[in-house]
Formats: sequence, structure tokens, C-alpha cells
Amino acid sequence: MRDHSFAPSRIWIYLVVTLIAAAWLAPLAVVVLNSLRSNEEIAQGSMIGWPQHLAWSNYPAAWSGFCVAETCSGIRPYMLNSALVTIPATIFSTLLGAIAGYAISLWRFRGDNWIYGIVTLGLFLPQQMRLLPWTIVLRDIGLINTLAGLVLIHTIQGLSFTTLFCRNYYVAIPHELIRAARIDGAGFFRIFWRIILPLSGPILIVTVIWQFTHIWNEFLYGVTFTTGQQQPVTAALIALSAAVADIPQHGVQSAAVIIAALPTLLIYLIGGKYFVRGLTAGAVK
Amino acid sequence: MSNAAAIRPGRPALPEWVRRLPEYLMIWVPLLLSAAHLISFSLWTIWISFTPSTLVPVSGWVGLRNYTAVAASRNWQIAFDNLLLFGSAFVVLSAATGLILAILLDQRIRGENALRSIFLYPLAVSFVVTGTVWSWLLNPGLGIQKLVHDLGWTSFKFDWLIDRDMAIWTIVIAAIWQSSGFAMALFLAGLRSVDADIVKAAQIDGAGPVRIYRRIVLPSLWPITVTVVVIQLQFAISTFDLVRALTNGGPGIATQLPALVVYDLMFQRSLLGRGAAAAVLMLLILLAVLLPYAAWRYVQRRRALHA
Repeated sequence: MRDHSFAPSRIWIYLVVTLIAAAWLAPLAVVVLNSLRSNEEIAQGSMIGWPQHLAWSNYPAAWSGFCVAETCSGIRPYMLNSALVTIPATIFSTLLGAIAGYAISLWRFRGDNWIYGIVTLGLFLPQQMRLLPWTIVLRDIGLINTLAGLVLIHTIQGLSFTTLFCRNYYVAIPHELIRAARIDGAGFFRIFWRIILPLSGPILIVTVIWQFTHIWNEFLYGVTFTTGQQQPVTAALIALSAAVADIPQHGVQSAAVIIAALPTLLIYLIGGKYFVRGLTAGAVK
Repeated sequence: MSNAAAIRPGRPALPEWVRRLPEYLMIWVPLLLSAAHLISFSLWTIWISFTPSTLVPVSGWVGLRNYTAVAASRNWQIAFDNLLLFGSAFVVLSAATGLILAILLDQRIRGENALRSIFLYPLAVSFVVTGTVWSWLLNPGLGIQKLVHDLGWTSFKFDWLIDRDMAIWTIVIAAIWQSSGFAMALFLAGLRSVDADIVKAAQIDGAGPVRIYRRIVLPSLWPITVTVVVIQLQFAISTFDLVRALTNGGPGIATQLPALVVYDLMFQRSLLGRGAAAAVLMLLILLAVLLPYAAWRYVQRRRALHA
């Protein structure tokens, strides 16, 4: 039994925790409030303030109005790019990682430990070591400056995480289950489809959330391998702040930041438990 | 198994490996691509770092010349000094913040779930978003300093963002905000797994909460602390997006970090050989952290096996 007492001596705990929580929420609050203030209102005061008139127009302007480098299409095309990269790459890397993790943990084949060890090294190898080779490979196969190129990169690199997550989850499944199914004549895919997949709910949610968040938030590959209209939203945000440096439009920029952060924030709000589980699972590798 | 095909009448018995081709392909193609790209791309980058490549990769051998050029450049020296300062300050402060938050949340307080969500939400947003937002808050003409001036305290000064000596601390602040929650989550899991019986026994012996924390709880957390420190160091070494969005390496090159030097050499100055050398140096810095950690983990596991 846990007692949630409010004894006076414990007031200071609540005080400290509330103060820190307020500090942690402040940046979000500032951006949300700014996204509702007009550019002129912000220019007169500071970026920290209560909206005098709610300027909802910042959102349509951020979504489809403002200009980056002579293209006035707002943030919409870049959001679409991010979605077109993130969703397929998340699905591919999760599915392939689940099959690989299943094969490594429950089928055991020659060289499985070796290949698993090498693949998980991908968790540690800095992106900088892969930048030049990816540039050359993408150029040679004609995928430089395309969304398909980014999907390919994120699928292959994501495999390190997804294989690790799924393998660690599947090793806990009793081997007898597989052995019995094999004696009944079920093959690799049939067992995966009928036995493993129905047991995989929690780990697939963790993996999908992890991959989606990482790929959506990724910046270095986006900015290196794509330009202009092909860029994901993280790269477009940087281009936006560079483009408006002369005439700041902080209200519109704040709205753009909120829109860009919204997909992963929503996923966090909905699947928080699984988000944290992925975080700690990735840590205790 | 292999005789399963023979039992079924009327079907041509395909060789085992043909029947199982789809599964071999599904297992091996992705795994081999992943493993091959990790090994070949690393070797490739290492090879480029020994060539005189500039705009495009060329063959040739220049020995360690790219490395000495990078190491002698002011850009790299500043980046390396910054990494030492940023890495140690960020790791110590974020681990400390995470530990304090975990201990506070472990006091059976109301609203623990909501508070935990608040401390963890920054991990869901990108470093680009974090960097952009903090660049506004810390901008003396826009953010906190401007607010305090508008409120009447006009001599107030908080301009680290444009101060060459202090600018690196703005990155420390934003990084702590973003990832202390991660340390908190790990520490909290550690606190929750402390043996309740030992704590109860100590309480019966008359030990106060401070003594219990110092003598029993905190010592049991140190393996988690090592993990937290290593993961945060790994993040610090490869920090790129956050600086790009917050200071873009400035003012001047005051907040340069190794990852920015690599990008600058490869894609802005088109000095591929030197860029590759800088990337390999980053890898070496990372290995200097990870190899001792791996050795430590190995010893720990063996000890656990023999215990």
C-alpha cells in the first residue's frame, strides 16, 4: 500500500517538483502562446508573453503560406515529405526487424550470433562514418535527393534497433511452442504469422513508436541527401529560420514549430508507456 | 521437415533449399545488407581519410596528412575543447538533475505519472525544435533578457547566446532540458528495484531517510549511473542538430563541435579526405568511451555468473 500523504513536512517536495515541472513546461508554453500572437505584437515586446489578440492566422500561414527560398508553400510539402519517409521506413524496418529477430532467437541458424553482433554495432557507429558512402551509393543508384533514398537509409539503419528489440523480446518465448508447431508441419512463415505475430503486440508498438519518433526527428541525413522541395520538415525548419533572419516572423515560425513537433508529441501522449519502455530497452542493451 | 514433402502425394518434391528460399531471403537479405553497410561504410570512410580526396573521392595515399591537418586546425581544436567542456558539464548536470527528479518522484507523491510525463516529453521532440525554441528564449533581444528588461529591471544581463565564452553553456542548458528525463526514467527504475527488505531493516535499526539514501539506495544505483553517463556521452559526442538549430556553431566558431566540423569539411569546403579523417577521429573518441564500458560490462556479467 502506498500512502499519498500531504503532511506539512512534505510540502517542500511538492514545491520543488512543481517548480521544476513548470520550468520544463515553460518552453512549450512559450511557443504555443507565441503561435497565437501576431508577428507585430511579438516584435513590440519579447517572445515571452500572453497574446493580446488571438492571431489564429499564424497557423494557416505556417501550413501553406510563408515562403522559403522563393517557394511560398508553407510547411505542408515538407510535412508530407516527412510522412512519406517516416511511415514506409517505420513499417519496413519494423517488419524486417521482427522477422530477423524471430529467426535469430527461435530458429537459430549458422552464423546467427555473428550477424546479430555486427548488426547491433549499428547502434553505436556514428552517422558521420556513413555520410560519404551513403552519398556515393545514393548517387550511383539514382536515389540522391529523393524520398525513396531516405526510406532506404532509415530502413537499413533502423534494422539495428528493430532486430535488437524484437530478438530480446522473442527469446522469452518457449522453444517448445515452435518445436510443436514444426512437428505439425508448420513452416517458418506460418509459425511467424500464426504464433509469433499474435504474441508480438507490445514489442511491435514499442518498435513502431521508437522508429517513427527517430525517423521523424532525424535531421542530418535529411539535410545532407535532399535539397529544396525534397527536404523533410526538420531540415525545412532550419531553412525557414535562415530565410526569415532579416524580417523575423516569430508568430508564424512558432506555429510552424508546433505543427512540426505535433506528430511525435501526439504519439508520446497516446503511447507514453511504450515510448518509455523503448527508451529504457534501448539503454539496457 | 525434409520428409514432409515426400509424404504429400501428387506434388513434385522440390529440394529443401528451394522450398525454403523465401525465408532465407527474408532473413538474410536485410541482415546482410545491414551488416555489410556497417562494415564496408566504415572501412570506406577510413580509406577515404588516407587519400588526397577533395571534391570527389580519389585513390592515392597521403598517410596521416589529413589527420594532422584536421588536428592542427583551429576549428577542430575549438570543437574538441568544446566537446570536453560540453560533454562533462552536460553529462554531470543531466545525470544529477535526473537523479534528483527520480528521488523526488520516488517519495510517494501525488500526480507522479503526470510529472513523469512532463519531464519526459522533451524526448519526443526533435533537437531541431528544441534548438529553435531555446534560441528564442536565450536570445537577449527576444527572450528572457528582453522580458526582464520590459518588466523594468534594465540592467539585467543574460546574453550567453552571443557571448563567445558562455555560448557553449546555452547548448548545455538545452541538452539538459531535452534529456534529463531519460536519466530520470533509468534512475527511477533503479530506485524501484532497491530491496525493500533491506530498507525496512535499516528503518527498524533507526536509520533516518538521509542515512538510508546515502548508505543503501545510492550505492546500489551506481551501475545505472555508469549506463546513464555512457549513453549521454555517446549523445554528446555526436551532437549536431541541436547546435545547428541553437547557435549554428557561433558566435564565430565558439560553439563548434566535432560533428559540425565533419559536416563543414565534407559538404561545405569539399575536403572529403579531411572530413573523413575528422569522422574517424569522432569514432575514436567514441571508442575511448565505449570500449572501457564494454569491458566493464563483461567483467560485471562474469562476476554475476560466478556469484
